[in-house]
Amino acid sequence: MKHEPKNPASPAKRPAVDRPLVIEAVKPGQRVEASPDVQSAFAEMRKQSADLAAVRERLARDHGPRFWRSLDELADDESFREMVKTEFPQMAASTDSLDRRSFLKLMGASMAMMGLTACTKQPEELIVPYVTPPEDLVPGKPMQFATIASLSGFAQGVLATSHMGRPTKIEGNPDHPSSLGATDGWMQASILDLYDPDRSQAVIDRGRVSTWERATTAITRAMNDVGLMEGEGLSILTETVTSPTLAAMLEELLETYPKAKWHQYDPVSRDGVYAGAQLAFNRKVDTVYRFDRADVVLSLDSDFLGSGPGHVRYARDFASRRKLDDEGADLNRLYVVESGFTLTGTNADHRLPVRSQDIESFTRALARELGLATLASDTSRVTDSLAPFFNALVEDLQAHRGRCLVVAGEHQPAEVHALVHVINALLQNVGTTLDYIEPVPARPGDQMDSIRELTEDMEAGKIRFLFMLGGNPVYNAPADLRFAEQLELVPLRLHLGTHVDETSFLSHWHITMTHELEAWGDGRAFDGTASICQPLIEPLYQAKSAIEVVAAMLGRSDRSGLDLVRDYWLERLPDGNPETEWRRALHNGVIGGTAFAPLGRLPISFRLLPRDAVPVGEAVGPRWASATSTWDDLEIVLRPDASMWDGRFANNGWLQETPRPVTRVCWGNVIEVSPSDAERMSLDNEDVVEISSGDFFVAGPVWVSPGQARGSITVTLGYGRQRAGKVGDGVGFDAYRLLSTQEPAILSAGRLIKTGRKEDIANVQKHQSMENRALIRAATLDTFRHHPDFAQHMEHEPPESLTMYKPPFDYSVGNQWGMVINLNACIGCNACMVACQAENTIPVVGKKEVMNGREMHWIRVDRYYEGNPDTPTAVHQPVPCMHCENAPCETVCPVGATVHSHDGLNQMVYNRCVGTRYCSNNCPYKVRRFNFFQYHDRETLTLKMQRNPHVTVRPRGVMEKCTYCIQRISVARIEAKLKGRLVEEGEVVTACQQACPTRAISFGDINDPDSEVARLRNSPLNYGLLADLNTRPRTTYLAKVTNPNPALAGGHGHEEGHGHGGHG
Amino acid sequence: MKKEFTAAEHEEIFGQMGPMIDPSLTIEGVGDAVAGVPERKTMPYQWFLVLGVATMLLGFLGLSITALLIKGTGLWGLKIPVAWGFAIVNFVWWIGIGHAGTLISAILFLFKQDWRTSINRFAEAMTLFAVACAGMFPLLHLGRPWVFYWLFPYPNTMAVWPQFRSPLVWDVFAVSTYLTISLLFWFTGLIPDLATMRDRSKSRIGKVLYGIFALGWRGSARHWHRYEVAYLLLAGLSTPLVVSVHSVVSLDFAVSVLPGWHTTIFPPYFVAGAIYSGFAMVITLVIPVRHIFGLKGLITPRHLDNMAKIMLATGLMVFYGYLTEAFFAWYSGNPYEMFMMQNRMGGPYAFQYWMLILCNGLVPQLLWFKRVRRHVIVLFCICIVVNIGMWLERYIIVVTSLHRDFLPSSWDMYAGTRWDWMLYLGTFGFFFFALMLFIRWVPMLPIFEVREIVHAGHEEHED
Repeated sequence: MKHEPKNPASPAKRPAVDRPLVIEAVKPGQRVEASPDVQSAFAEMRKQSADLAAVRERLARDHGPRFWRSLDELADDESFREMVKTEFPQMAASTDSLDRRSFLKLMGASMAMMGLTACTKQPEELIVPYVTPPEDLVPGKPMQFATIASLSGFAQGVLATSHMGRPTKIEGNPDHPSSLGATDGWMQASILDLYDPDRSQAVIDRGRVSTWERATTAITRAMNDVGLMEGEGLSILTETVTSPTLAAMLEELLETYPKAKWHQYDPVSRDGVYAGAQLAFNRKVDTVYRFDRADVVLSLDSDFLGSGPGHVRYARDFASRRKLDDEGADLNRLYVVESGFTLTGTNADHRLPVRSQDIESFTRALARELGLATLASDTSRVTDSLAPFFNALVEDLQAHRGRCLVVAGEHQPAEVHALVHVINALLQNVGTTLDYIEPVPARPGDQMDSIRELTEDMEAGKIRFLFMLGGNPVYNAPADLRFAEQLELVPLRLHLGTHVDETSFLSHWHITMTHELEAWGDGRAFDGTASICQPLIEPLYQAKSAIEVVAAMLGRSDRSGLDLVRDYWLERLPDGNPETEWRRALHNGVIGGTAFAPLGRLPISFRLLPRDAVPVGEAVGPRWASATSTWDDLEIVLRPDASMWDGRFANNGWLQETPRPVTRVCWGNVIEVSPSDAERMSLDNEDVVEISSGDFFVAGPVWVSPGQARGSITVTLGYGRQRAGKVGDGVGFDAYRLLSTQEPAILSAGRLIKTGRKEDIANVQKHQSMENRALIRAATLDTFRHHPDFAQHMEHEPPESLTMYKPPFDYSVGNQWGMVINLNACIGCNACMVACQAENTIPVVGKKEVMNGREMHWIRVDRYYEGNPDTPTAVHQPVPCMHCENAPCETVCPVGATVHSHDGLNQMVYNRCVGTRYCSNNCPYKVRRFNFFQYHDRETLTLKMQRNPHVTVRPRGVMEKCTYCIQRISVARIEAKLKGRLVEEGEVVTACQQACPTRAISFGDINDPDSEVARLRNSPLNYGLLADLNTRPRTTYLAKVTNPNPALAGGHGHEEGHGHGGHG
Repeated sequence: MKKEFTAAEHEEIFGQMGPMIDPSLTIEGVGDAVAGVPERKTMPYQWFLVLGVATMLLGFLGLSITALLIKGTGLWGLKIPVAWGFAIVNFVWWIGIGHAGTLISAILFLFKQDWRTSINRFAEAMTLFAVACAGMFPLLHLGRPWVFYWLFPYPNTMAVWPQFRSPLVWDVFAVSTYLTISLLFWFTGLIPDLATMRDRSKSRIGKVLYGIFALGWRGSARHWHRYEVAYLLLAGLSTPLVVSVHSVVSLDFAVSVLPGWHTTIFPPYFVAGAIYSGFAMVITLVIPVRHIFGLKGLITPRHLDNMAKIMLATGLMVFYGYLTEAFFAWYSGNPYEMFMMQNRMGGPYAFQYWMLILCNGLVPQLLWFKRVRRHVIVLFCICIVVNIGMWLERYIIVVTSLHRDFLPSSWDMYAGTRWDWMLYLGTFGFFFFALMLFIRWVPMLPIFEVREIVHAGHEEHED
């Protein structure tokens, strides 16, 4: 059937045809004053009806069907054309003469007009790439930029990966002293904060959406107002500031407005550190530790491996002395005296659980024993049962003068810090294992006093304008200050924050704060090294940094963050061409020569009075009144949380789901009680108790925590947020309600009351003992020296010849991937878990699903306890996929969705997976993870932006697991193939390996005899987990060797020797 | 023509076993008794009661499948490490129940056990429905059930085949073969009776429908000859299936490396268990049916007695299996195996384990007594207990092996959710719904085979 209209409708006809308006206007019986136009149309209509005969005639003439749109078109007579011409003369003309040229002209003009409106001029700012120079920018290839991720003010150098303008991943900056290329979980997770869909997206003025311009107007008006009185009535509250630019601007502000006040408050207080230095040296200093030089380390309630400025670096330095050479010569020894079981405690060779408030007595006794004359009459001592530990410790420290190190917990009071300074001086450690430097923050310490003064000012009505630049004091200020109540007395309150949080909610103005990946800035690391914070992306929303807000206060709102930071540094950069130096600083991520110089030995001006005290470890303290279910006089220790820190990460799903390294609890905080105390009070996990101190109380669930000191309970901060966002709201309980200015961190007279209620706790590891299985193989240094191959005799791998079948691949050729995890170096910090989650787009499943046992982490860090529940040791074991050469999962998959590759990878083909889950059942390591529901958020745009474009987003019903970061292997393999060679050592770095602060994970080609993995696989310590099942795992472990003090043999530490477990 | 026997005659003729069928039955009587059920105008109230409850449960099935397809298997109690749960337990349980049919039809047929005639049709139907119920589970338990056909070796453009080393693929073949053969066997056996129904039918619809399914059976000698040959062949084909299906199902477990699954005794132990549970289910169903539909003369205490004996025999084999498992766990010296057994006996699922021993091992020992075997109510109760015990057995095998395997860090507890239970109950709905329809429309005993017995009995007696 051929359809070929004889008279193709010309475009000019359309308007006439599509004009029903005229027809509609003439309804029967309606009198219309027709316009001339309409009248002519009537005339046309009449004419048209007359032409109907002609139409019929034409139709009859046509053969075959003919489609027509209107009778006019059909008729197509002269009069119709005429009508069109008269009605749309310009159209008739243009259609007639619309040649190619005019068409192109028209199109060109409209394109240009469209294009212009869609374009905004981007600010011209330079961002210098770290690795790949701009000319190498290849679409699809990520670039890395050096910047910083800071926590509580202290900067940590990072390299942020950018995929076509989207930052997707954070890695450590190898050139930065606090990172050395590694990261912690917080740094890894900070990328998710950038894309948090709950971030505030606009400036808010008293609950209404406003703009930055209006905010600047308000700021200017306020500044003009206070300017008349030299700044009186103006207060600024910041968190700890190490940023030189911001500090300089604030100082300038204070100069301009001399009566204005700058307050600083960080809930995780370091006041004790500076007050202690003040006490010892009469000046404030920061301490930089050199764990790599210390043979014996004593931690007094310090979690230097898990938190605090420089902890990533410290973990690296510490672990460098735990990785064994063949003789085990270099092994250090760690003593930990602490109340709660911290990450550092789990890595101790000897750990003594005592209450945090007893640390001072312990330290006094230690100082006295080490020869501090002023304390000769001090009666502090330990009980007889702890005396062997104490004496051995003293001897060990004395035997390692200048090569030992004593570290005090940051939350400990000034006296402890002062004493520790004295002890380190007595042991001649200053200058060798530690250095004193100028304080890193611009205004160090005294933050409790600062926030108290601010609250008093607010109460007294002295403050007219309060600018809160970051922080969330309504949530985390000490409870006894009643900050929220006083805040409402301030006439104008402005809060700069990433979220409309508790503080923003009570402020007049909320200004959206930039993420560090969106803004220019700077910051100092734990040793004073300054770095520039450079943005990778324009702010997603109308956000400003603290620097820009202060600039607005100074009347320089026209200056961009870049100008401000650059102007500051151009004057101060090292000699040379400032432009070059600036670019060098951006490129390297550190500004050369900015680390603070060691101050050397400082004169001690310290007079501490001797005191009488009960011996440490004596069963004093809590009084248990069974009639009232009350426990009095117990110690409550408030610690920052290993996932939430001070609460700023509450809306970060990755961190919420990262189990705490020791308790393995996630999605909520718990009240950690020692097993003996729990037994005495018949408390069980998930029992809700009310804990109180003074007038303040809070209720939360109990977690019986082996290793917790008796008479002391540990509670972590950062939970119970009210306005964190969809993820963090209402998770856990708010321990800040116990925080007081009198006793920050350590509350000595707490009370616990049972409520009889229960609350669910999400715990990812339900069983805590290794059941005498040789999973983590460990021995003492002594055993190791006598039996270097002790790990080989705990279980026996079947010989390779014991099979009838040929291996499917020849594993002796090409790249063969393998991983070795050094259990001596692994501190259990979980950085690998979060890094893997960021790299491999691992979904967050939520508390309920975690409790259902469906967490999705591809690598987990198992933690097993050993020994007496009150004084156990704990060991960590990261478990990724083992990539078994004889993989049990592969043989049972009915559709071949999990298969082996020629380079020894156990691969998962998501597209092919039907979800029988048999592979998971048959995996002895249980590393496979199943998408029981649609876990990935497929809707939220910002979350999509974070995802690694090289990794598939898995749908519901599909199994997944560790791939050895196959996307990274592929990149290296393609590169190598193009050059016609094999992938070389160091070209593939897995996400977990890259993040690991201690370099515990090695990855590479086991066929390459020079590779690190090949070398480590030949170590006598190398063993395969459950290798007796003949799985032939490619991931292997280096057995743990501990270094207990021989004088304390049989007491603490791992005493298992040859043949541990007894089943070979 | 009815004959009365004295007790002495009775004893003389039938021995201690009692008559195979009521000796007073005539050939016409058999036809009336069996064909009378589908020809009834209305069914007894018990039938409506069961159908009503079954329909309700069928609604559960629909609801739980719909929810499952919309939300995913996360609705169930599954987790890592227990990635198989109710679905697999129920699958194995239903498949096991489905074993009685083939055994009765095929093996007893080949062994010329004439007593099977009274129960084989019913048992075969039960088998079909049980296998259908079983078949739902492996399908629904997939993460992505809509691509279930990837388990079949069908030619496709991607040239991707199933992974033939996986026992789940063997399962697909085993179960689908079993279903096909069972259906054929059942239907072949039905043809002469469908013809009878056609001939007896007074309604037009009945004549047409039964006529269609009777495939033009006219009862000629040639028909009978071919029928006998076909039936014998099918019996021969089915016989290995009795052993193979559950052996293959057991390999789902035995092929794995998991302590508690990785056991060579599984195939025979599973087959024995399957027959055990199958017979238990047949007895459970037959006892009320013969009561309600007045078939006591056709399904006599002797049938029940024989079936109970088979249960006793297979039950002992299963019990032996339990003992062997425990013995080898200890004898292997393998710490994981030993732990697995200790965990079963004394771990969190110890109650279920000891209930299983009680239900499957101890209670059936009552069947040693003839009085128990012939006491319908006691026998009925024992069979219910065995059915529960067999479900617990699969639960113990699946769950306790998985929930605590090699790495203690992954250990966890498992429990079915309401969706698990709903789906399980839903398959009961399907099973009984289908069974009720079968009773309503199809002669539930093979009329012609029973007639042969009656005929043979009469001949024998007249000789």
